[in-house]
Amino acid sequence: MEHIRTTKVEQVKLLDRFATNNKSLTGTLYLTATHLLFIDSLQKETWILHHHIASVEKLALTTSGCPLVIQCKNFRIVHFIVPRERDCHDIYNSLLQLSKQAKYEDLYAFSYNPKQNDSERLQGWQLIDLAEEYKRMGVPNSHWELSDANQEYKICETYPRELYVPWTAKKTVIVGSSKFRSKGRFPVLSYYHQDKKAAICRCSQPLSGFSARCMEDERLLEAISKANPVNCYMYVVDTRPKLNAMANRAAGKGYENEDNYSSIRFQFVGIENIHVMRSSLQKLLEVNGTKGLSVNDFYSGLESSGWLRHIKAVMDAAIFLARAIMVENASVLVHCSDGWDRTSQVCSLGSLLLDSYYRTIRGFMVLIEKDWISFGHKFSERCGHLDGDPKEVSPVFTQFLECVWHLTEQFPQAFEFNEAFLLQIHEHIHSCQFGNFLGNCQKEREELKLKEKTYSLWPFLLEDQKKYLNPLYSSKSHRFIVLEPNTVSFNFKFWRNMYHQFDQTLHPRQSVFNIIMNMNEQNKQLEKDIKDLESKIKQRKNKQTDDILTKELLHSVHPESPTLKTSLRFKEQTRLPVNDSLRTIEGSSPADNRYSEYAEEFSKSEPAVVSLEYGVARMTC
Amino acid sequence: MEFAELIKTPRVDNVVLHRPFYPAVEGTLCLTGHHLILSSRQDNTEELWLLHSNIDAIDKRFVGSLGTIIIKCKDFRIIQLDIPGMEECLNIASSIEALSTLDSITLMYPFFYRPMFEVIEDGWHSFLPEQEFKLYSSATSQWRLSYVNKEFAVCPTYPPIVIVPESIDDETLRKVATFRHGGRFPVLSYYHQKSKRVIMRSGQPLTGTNGRRCKEDEKLINATLRAGSRGYIIDTRSLNVAQQARAKGGGFEQEAHYPQWRRIHKSIERYHILQESLIKLVEACNDQTHNMDRWLSKLEASNWLTHIKEILTAACLVAQCIDREEASVLIHGTEGTDSTLQVTSLAQIILEPRSRTIRGFEALIEREWLQAGHPFQQRCAQSAYCNTKQKWEAPVFLLFLDCVWQILRQFPCSFEFNENFLIMLFEHAYASQFGTFLGNSESERCKLKLQQKTMSLWSWVNQPSKLSKYTNPLFEANNLVIWPSVAPQSLLLWEGIFLRWNRSSKYLDEAYEEMVNIIEYNKELQAKVNILRRQLAELETEDEMQESP
Repeated sequence: MEHIRTTKVEQVKLLDRFATNNKSLTGTLYLTATHLLFIDSLQKETWILHHHIASVEKLALTTSGCPLVIQCKNFRIVHFIVPRERDCHDIYNSLLQLSKQAKYEDLYAFSYNPKQNDSERLQGWQLIDLAEEYKRMGVPNSHWELSDANQEYKICETYPRELYVPWTAKKTVIVGSSKFRSKGRFPVLSYYHQDKKAAICRCSQPLSGFSARCMEDERLLEAISKANPVNCYMYVVDTRPKLNAMANRAAGKGYENEDNYSSIRFQFVGIENIHVMRSSLQKLLEVNGTKGLSVNDFYSGLESSGWLRHIKAVMDAAIFLARAIMVENASVLVHCSDGWDRTSQVCSLGSLLLDSYYRTIRGFMVLIEKDWISFGHKFSERCGHLDGDPKEVSPVFTQFLECVWHLTEQFPQAFEFNEAFLLQIHEHIHSCQFGNFLGNCQKEREELKLKEKTYSLWPFLLEDQKKYLNPLYSSKSHRFIVLEPNTVSFNFKFWRNMYHQFDQTLHPRQSVFNIIMNMNEQNKQLEKDIKDLESKIKQRKNKQTDDILTKELLHSVHPESPTLKTSLRFKEQTRLPVNDSLRTIEGSSPADNRYSEYAEEFSKSEPAVVSLEYGVARMTC
Repeated sequence: MEFAELIKTPRVDNVVLHRPFYPAVEGTLCLTGHHLILSSRQDNTEELWLLHSNIDAIDKRFVGSLGTIIIKCKDFRIIQLDIPGMEECLNIASSIEALSTLDSITLMYPFFYRPMFEVIEDGWHSFLPEQEFKLYSSATSQWRLSYVNKEFAVCPTYPPIVIVPESIDDETLRKVATFRHGGRFPVLSYYHQKSKRVIMRSGQPLTGTNGRRCKEDEKLINATLRAGSRGYIIDTRSLNVAQQARAKGGGFEQEAHYPQWRRIHKSIERYHILQESLIKLVEACNDQTHNMDRWLSKLEASNWLTHIKEILTAACLVAQCIDREEASVLIHGTEGTDSTLQVTSLAQIILEPRSRTIRGFEALIEREWLQAGHPFQQRCAQSAYCNTKQKWEAPVFLLFLDCVWQILRQFPCSFEFNENFLIMLFEHAYASQFGTFLGNSESERCKLKLQQKTMSLWSWVNQPSKLSKYTNPLFEANNLVIWPSVAPQSLLLWEGIFLRWNRSSKYLDEAYEEMVNIIEYNKELQAKVNILRRQLAELETEDEMQESP
């Protein structure tokens, strides 16, 4: 690789970000084409994918060397001290180059090779089939049909080819409406509720300005509300704060005027835009990165970052959707400005509340494929996959994952997947290791020939689903069909396992979750063992009764030892080692390294944050 | 009967009870000497029995002739009673007020309570100091039991029996007592077997402004050190506060007089500051209308988690002195009855596996809180809803329980008890049918003849049928020292206490049950497999014997 000048530096120190006593590990730093690797003296490996690097900073030279601070998109922060400044400078420059690629073709996914042949690769891509998903929802049906209007991406470049619209909406209506909507993103079906015959639809803002109207758009909205045979009105939810929407009017955009559309009820829900979200997360991370943070600084930082307020706003909007459908039996049309950020958040989360399918491992993949990937959430721009405009980067999808996490906290039995699943997906929206999240819309993905040149993430997650299963999941309970989360502020907590996922010292030292997960696995094995044993015993007994018929039976006292031995031996067998169930995906060790660490129940040999040395040092001086 | 005078209206019909997350219940309200009872008189609805001593404050409201009484309990629950008839309502309200603020301890429920269960083990004798001492005396001969305080003459807040250095005679103890606040001379709190170091506790030394010293005091605490080794004195007050204490005759150990000891100051808040913190926190948790910013700023302003962090930090420091530095520690604040006990008991939770078992924890509370003279009666007289400013209330014990809960959250498999056990202790410290938490010291308890006249909480809780509710299914004995993280990101609001009445815990409870089921099922399967294996082995040997006779 032309960017790599130094491939190996020895005697590098890795500092613990939160230790008060400046403890460090010494080891060797390696730079490869895809990863930065640190191996410490205990042979523990820390892998950092270049694509995960958000920023590299070279601090002022100190007596022990040149400090290099690397912040990652998965919230890992590493602080190296490189003995020689020249080495540090080389690595710094290389990482700057390697972490920001100019072309898609240079991303890891195009070189990543999990040793699969073409048909396996294709099968992987076919695992999630959105046509199947719409069929599952119950469309097409007598009210909704598949439209071929966007078959060639002619009406809207950022939509998928297949779109579902009310069957009464003629192509002229669709074309007319698309001209009246930002980026041509006209109202289409996102989720159909079969029981209620109500729909969640999505679009972008109308180009209404102060007074503009569009007959076709009005007719399309009417068609959507008429496609619901039960309720004659529908909600139009503008997810933006009212002020922002009004400001857009001056630019010839805006929101629907209730007077112009028959039978709509218009509603703002006030979720902030991508720029507010970006700086909110930045503030949050700044506060949390502080060494020796006080409780008051933590909470005032959490408050002033506004992060949890934004999370609550997204959640409240999703609840609004679910209630409109469940309580009022009304369809809902959701939009923001372009209809690919807040709209994706709210539509997907709303569907998740309504439909327990999306709370399964496979269903969640489908949901992401549908409301995020196919409807053109700009993953590459939002995650900064390429060296581009930093103002386009925003943690919109991370917020969605966090909302789901909050739901898993309130409904511990409602989800088939666990927190590790959410963290792993978050890992891969930034890793560029798989093709799913590359590009900004389906058209772009087709042009990049991702299905031929890269692999899909989902089959790899499914293959490993054991470690993403929630041991407490109860699929049978029908009550969970609709989730009604409580959004009183005290229900929202800081997601430590996301934003401090690599800061081991801050986590509980024993994980109830892992123990239960392993026990669940073990129970399955035991059930099998019991069956085996029972059939063996039966065989023996049958054989014996046969024998009795032919032979005289000799009874004697059995020696104790064999039975004792077997039971002891068994005890050893049944103790599943923690890491055994946590195999890593082949070739993706960097991403998976973490889980073995995460699951590890390390023993409390080292004091965590409190440090006596600190207290005593102050005493003596 | 004196209670009859206080009960103006013993019974009202058609009273409606409102509780959060439960449907309203209409029924008959009865007042007895110790309980408020509401019964719907239908078979399958449970009755409400509320101890008057659990009532922290009440509010009255009237709309026409319908009166409403809002009852705020010491366990933070708030219930509402709609009472038809203004007079009845006023009568009930004033009766409750009188009955919930009885002056005399001997009128309280524990003196009237008759157990409905068979006492297998009398809790009053479960944790005798002599027995506890045996645990240490087998490991070291450096310590002895002293009966110097037999008549409570040397220190009114100490128990009759204390553990002191072997080489120090009772006469010296008497002298030291005059030099320590409240006569609380240094006594043994904990002996760490692994490092052979000790935690001691005491009241502050009475050095005053002119730096008074006491040779006997120096001799006593030096007697706990080996030649050439050093110890730490952890003062739970900031240096500033400790210096100010000198003006009132108190003070701290001067380096010059205690050259073998290093003094470290930690600042743990006291009294009204803690009480205000609790009031603010409960107020924040009870208001469901707060938006996110307001909730977070109120949570912050309550300072509750700051207190938790300070207490835990001090406890970790002590544990590190003992385990890492292998140095003995003396802990005191001012009186040595509040922050001192928080720190000594939490350090033991961190260091001593036994204190993380149910019995060990009960012994810890008996030793480090009850016998050590934490004034429960004063501290727990009122809770978060008290509007009268009284001087002595403070949630010192609740903060301790919260700290234990924080450690439990971080080491969920290292404790034999679960969260319910801690919640139960909190409830009984504030209002109980048992005598355990009555009085402010052993001497008061002796005078009240609690052992003869009331039942011990331990008698009730240690019944196998009760213990199952408080046992942690994940418990696996962990003999290591457990170091908690005290970073703000690691400390959590104790929802089981503070949000208990403010949100439904249905789904969380069900998930907990499911977890218990998985664990139980696992045990069942293990047992079954073992039986089958044995069976198969027997069959195999039988066969072998047949084949080779």
